[in-house]
Amino acid sequence: MIAQRKILTDEMVAKIEALAPRYPNRRALTLPALHIVNAELRHVPLQAVAEIAEVLGLAPAEVQDTLSFYQFFHQEKPHGRVRAFVCRSVSCALRGGDHLLEHLCKANGIDPYGTTADGELTIEPAECLGACDFAPCILANDDLLKNMTPEDAAAALKQPRAKAT
Amino acid sequence: MQPFKPVLLEAVGVPDGHTLASYRSRGGYAPAEKLLAEKQPVDVVEMVKASGLRGRGGAGFSTGLKWTFLPKDHPGPIYLCINADESEPGTFNNRILMEDDPHQVIEGIILSAYATRASTAYIYLRYEYPRSWHRLQAAIDEAYASGLLGKNIKGSGFSLDIYLHRGAAAYICGEETGLIESLEGKRAWPRIKPPFPAIEGLFRKPTVVNNIETMACVAQIARRGVEWFKSIGVPADPANPRDPGSYGPKLYCLSGHVERPGCYEAPLGITARQLIDQFGGGVWKGRKAKAVIPGGISMGLMTESELDTPLDFAGPGKVGCLGLGTAAVVVIDETVSIVDFLHNSCRFFAHESCGQCTPCREGTSWSLRMLERIKAGKGRLKDLELLAEIGNTMGMMPGSTICGLADGAAWPIKNAIKKFRGEFEDYIKRTNPHGWMVTDPVPALQIVGAHH
Repeated sequence: MIAQRKILTDEMVAKIEALAPRYPNRRALTLPALHIVNAELRHVPLQAVAEIAEVLGLAPAEVQDTLSFYQFFHQEKPHGRVRAFVCRSVSCALRGGDHLLEHLCKANGIDPYGTTADGELTIEPAECLGACDFAPCILANDDLLKNMTPEDAAAALKQPRAKAT
Repeated sequence: MQPFKPVLLEAVGVPDGHTLASYRSRGGYAPAEKLLAEKQPVDVVEMVKASGLRGRGGAGFSTGLKWTFLPKDHPGPIYLCINADESEPGTFNNRILMEDDPHQVIEGIILSAYATRASTAYIYLRYEYPRSWHRLQAAIDEAYASGLLGKNIKGSGFSLDIYLHRGAAAYICGEETGLIESLEGKRAWPRIKPPFPAIEGLFRKPTVVNNIETMACVAQIARRGVEWFKSIGVPADPANPRDPGSYGPKLYCLSGHVERPGCYEAPLGITARQLIDQFGGGVWKGRKAKAVIPGGISMGLMTESELDTPLDFAGPGKVGCLGLGTAAVVVIDETVSIVDFLHNSCRFFAHESCGQCTPCREGTSWSLRMLERIKAGKGRLKDLELLAEIGNTMGMMPGSTICGLADGAAWPIKNAIKKFRGEFEDYIKRTNPHGWMVTDPVPALQIVGAHH
């Protein structure tokens, strides 16, 4: 049991609870809760997992099991203020997706899944973003960057951007 | 081909086409209001059954028939899940529908929920569609505000809530029982069937899972009628009593090496060549196609000489592909190495295998490692046999896995090696002149870039 929450704010818990009437049990709130925490903290540390579990009446291992399955929620440290998913699936790959990813990583001095030292930008390979009509494409926070050349993309990822919802 | 006016895509390009006012001006919601006021749920089921509508998500199962598998007189709740986890490489038709005409989707959900006696519908939406998320939520809010959702819709006595539920970037959530597990807050491991979701689905209650485009089709059938729907597409083959036909309009996603990639609406049964030439402006840069994916990467490959195959539910299977799938047509031009294509396909499935069934987890992983090794100039002809063995033994069809992901991983392998064997052999002999004939076991290379 956790005597006091250290990571989840009252606001986060209120957002989670607001969704509770939608589902017949509280375990179904797991993914929504992870998204709510991740939207604020840009990662979901283990302590937050334990706190989510307490709010939902689950074992921490149950929440952690779900989290670890998706590979979406960073756990060790926050992803950048801009999180850029660079598509590498077939339609984008046919139009230079792999090259785009390589160029962007090199231009920012990071490996795939890495974050720049200033914490601004994380670049992650993504499977099909469902925007093959605009290949090659990037999802940067909520913004779809379409028909990207390496040069355009490098410039676009330097722009300030609203946080992901 | 007869001139064909888009119906599912009628809002595309219309200013504010995504709003309730615009949807109503096109005749939207009047059919649902009339059916809820005048007809029983069973009438809606019969309407959809009679239309011959087959699910647009990939499997092509009869939508009306799926609904009839629900238990009769169940005390409830019955759930309707809408599969908006569109993640099949090459596929984006549902994104277009959700962004440009969300009310068409919602009207289809209202009708389908009425038919199945569901009072809660969850739309499971992939994370990567933030614009769809906002458009859908705004449309749901509008529908509640005008009494089209909520308690006692338009005095019909029927109540419905629609909730958006967001995924977290996992392809397997598009498999209907993986979707259900994910919605329940668990890892998205598909369930063994039976029991099918209609008997025991979400929260262990009877559940129907339908695709977004299927919902749009239901709305259009209600508006334009069964006869209209059946007048489009490919009728059932009288010589084959098991062929239910391929009726209605279909959204085809065209991408890859074409001049004009996009989502195009056409009668079911258009050929890939017609799509590429008449909608896509031809193969890009004046080149020729080497291969074409007929319906998402899981469906395998057609060669250039197979491009006149009709893209209805029965067509792609006749040239050895897995099926119509999501009708996502990806064109691969003559300059692309088929080895590179297969490497991309294997990387996708190795990344997206959920890991539950060993043949899929290991089969997708080892096929990627072999492709990595072949690309590193250490391929052997023996590898083609090993790849084919993996392709032939993992999946629901050989009976070694719970869901069809592995069949989708196997098909590109099987098609590529069978239809382009010469190119693989040439590549291996050219890049590994001293070792291509070796048959001893070899150490595997590390996977590069599949997992982190």
